[in-house]
Amino acid sequence: MASVCFMITMALYFVATVSFLTHLLRRSDALSKVSLWVTAAGFVFHTIALVARMTTASSPATPSFYEALSFFSWMMILVFLVVEFRHRIHVLGSFMVPLALISLVSAAALPETVPTLKPVFKTLWVHVTLSMLGTVGFTVAFVAGVMYLIQDRLLKSKRFNVLYSKLPALDFLDHLNQQSIILGFPLLTLGIVTGAISAEFDRGSYVSWNPEQTGALITWLFYFFVLLGRLTVGWRAKRAAYLTVVGFACVILTLVGVVLKSHGALS
Amino acid sequence: MHVIVVGLSHKTAPVEVREKLAVPESRLGEALGRLCSYSGVKEGVLLSTCNRVEVYSVVEDVEEGYARIQEFLADTHLSLSSEQLTPHLYWHTGDRAIAHLFRVAASLDSMIIGESQILGQLKNAFEVALAHKTTGVIMNKVVKKAISVAKRVRTETKISEMAVSVSYAAVELAKKIFSNLDEKTVLLVGAGEMAKLAARHLIAQGVHQVRITTRTPQHAIDLAEQFGGIPVPFDQFKDEMAAADIVLVSTGAAHYLIGAEDVQRAVDKRGNRPMFLIDISVPRNIDPAVRHVDNAFLFDIDDLKQRVEQNRAERLQEAEKAERMVVEEVGATLEWMKALEVTPTIVALRSRVDAIKQAEVEKVMSRLAHLSQQDRELVEGMASSIVNKLIHRTMVTLKAEVNSSNGPAFVEAARRFFHLDQSSTQNSDEEDPESRLRYLSPDPVESAHEEPEATVRKRAS
Repeated sequence: MASVCFMITMALYFVATVSFLTHLLRRSDALSKVSLWVTAAGFVFHTIALVARMTTASSPATPSFYEALSFFSWMMILVFLVVEFRHRIHVLGSFMVPLALISLVSAAALPETVPTLKPVFKTLWVHVTLSMLGTVGFTVAFVAGVMYLIQDRLLKSKRFNVLYSKLPALDFLDHLNQQSIILGFPLLTLGIVTGAISAEFDRGSYVSWNPEQTGALITWLFYFFVLLGRLTVGWRAKRAAYLTVVGFACVILTLVGVVLKSHGALS
Repeated sequence: MHVIVVGLSHKTAPVEVREKLAVPESRLGEALGRLCSYSGVKEGVLLSTCNRVEVYSVVEDVEEGYARIQEFLADTHLSLSSEQLTPHLYWHTGDRAIAHLFRVAASLDSMIIGESQILGQLKNAFEVALAHKTTGVIMNKVVKKAISVAKRVRTETKISEMAVSVSYAAVELAKKIFSNLDEKTVLLVGAGEMAKLAARHLIAQGVHQVRITTRTPQHAIDLAEQFGGIPVPFDQFKDEMAAADIVLVSTGAAHYLIGAEDVQRAVDKRGNRPMFLIDISVPRNIDPAVRHVDNAFLFDIDDLKQRVEQNRAERLQEAEKAERMVVEEVGATLEWMKALEVTPTIVALRSRVDAIKQAEVEKVMSRLAHLSQQDRELVEGMASSIVNKLIHRTMVTLKAEVNSSNGPAFVEAARRFFHLDQSSTQNSDEEDPESRLRYLSPDPVESAHEEPEATVRKRAS
């Protein structure tokens, strides 16, 4: 049942992605409604699939990497739907839904049995959930940053095309960028702390400087300075947008680190 | 009964002719009274704006009606003769008249396509006509429909969304930089007309504060009073720039007043919060090198004009969509009008009651199998006679009122009372079994609530 739902979810997200991207190129807003409904339908199936998996898994304390990525994708869609519901920024879907799809597809591409960590600590779900939520925050910041840079470029070069008309105002994007980092940063901090604690129980040391931990710490430091810079010396608007795009690269590298470590753990 | 329109607009007549024909609102009632005193003119609405003067009317005979209304228009101004008007007028009847009204209401015939004033003007004209009782069933329906078509066009297309004036284009751009203008401050440098207009638009959008500076201090004080703003000394305005989110510049200076380094300083002071600069002066007053400053967005008069041109083109595209809606809605309205004709109504009424009678007779006969042939005929005869007597007065009244001004109202009433809009009247004389069945067992829910217009619309779509 879970895998059937996953397949349906993936198909729906794929359709939503195509339709959201087409919507970017067309003047009419009609497609965005369709895309939104398809995404919402996908989200329902996704939720069913996740619940089904959690209830049938032999040991719920052991999230596999596959589950973690799928959960990540689920949270991205959730956040998108919430932001969309509050601000009616359809164009956000054109960026978030494809990312969620990529995350889900890479989840499916990984062997289902790859574990993230050995099942030694009950709070592993807490660590994964918190880190993932933090990462979702940074993903939204990244998307807002990319949209900011596009809109900035369009305004500067005075190209008033369809994309220009669909993208929201610059200060809204900057605000979205700031809010997502402000929400994401403490979550990631807690994620790292719980991860370190679970590592302490597991291996007896808080930090072992494996690729995952190194990546996570670099990411944490980076966003720490991004936030600090914004609050003190005015790193906002275009600079903040650039920084969050770079920061997202750190996030991706960390995720790759996690995968590498998992494979290492497997072999 | 025919719907006709006779009139002229900015497309057919120069302003010298239009201004002579224009009827001021205070005299609209009197003019309407005069219009409806012409023989053969049953209903009338007079739409008079600076861009058009049009008479929409319901008349008995089309040609006769055209002539009467042309006479009416020529009479509005002493120096005009009917012949002088002819080259400027247009005449439409039936579907073309209705389509014309719908297009006018939806602002497809306006000088600036998509402008919203015309709908208010039409509503006003209609209200005056209602107050003077110069409209009847047909005009009421058609004008109300025109208003709803206009609203549909406004909500379903983007025809009125895009700015088509330079000053409004500035507001539109501002909204792509600031999502909320409420807390923003505008600095107005100089007092060029277009800049003042743009400032007015921004104030209308709710900007928090306007600061004004001009070379002559008194001028700035006067303007500040006018806009409810704060005057700023001219030699200090560059220091004030950091506090302004939007800078509108329009002075007569022949050189750059604001350089890139001024803007850079302001942006730095603002902690990189974006700044929107509009230079509406010719020659330009802001150094174009400002475009290299991050988080500062400079637009000059040509950029705004380019935006306006694009928007115009987009409005035209949207107008095509709107035209399709108009065609659709005209179809629906024509269907409704056709149903108002007397003959098909009488035929429909006849077959409706016959069907009811037949059904009841059959029901009773099946239970009275023991009756002789003679008795059966007697029962059937009684049923026929009741039915005929019941509808006799209705038939007679309908025929008598055909040509009165209330004719359509009677037809409409008869159609509602006897529920004649369930099946199309056109084919009711060759009674198809389906519609008969529907008469026999009318669906209580559907028949109780369905408005005739709703059925018409369904049929049209």
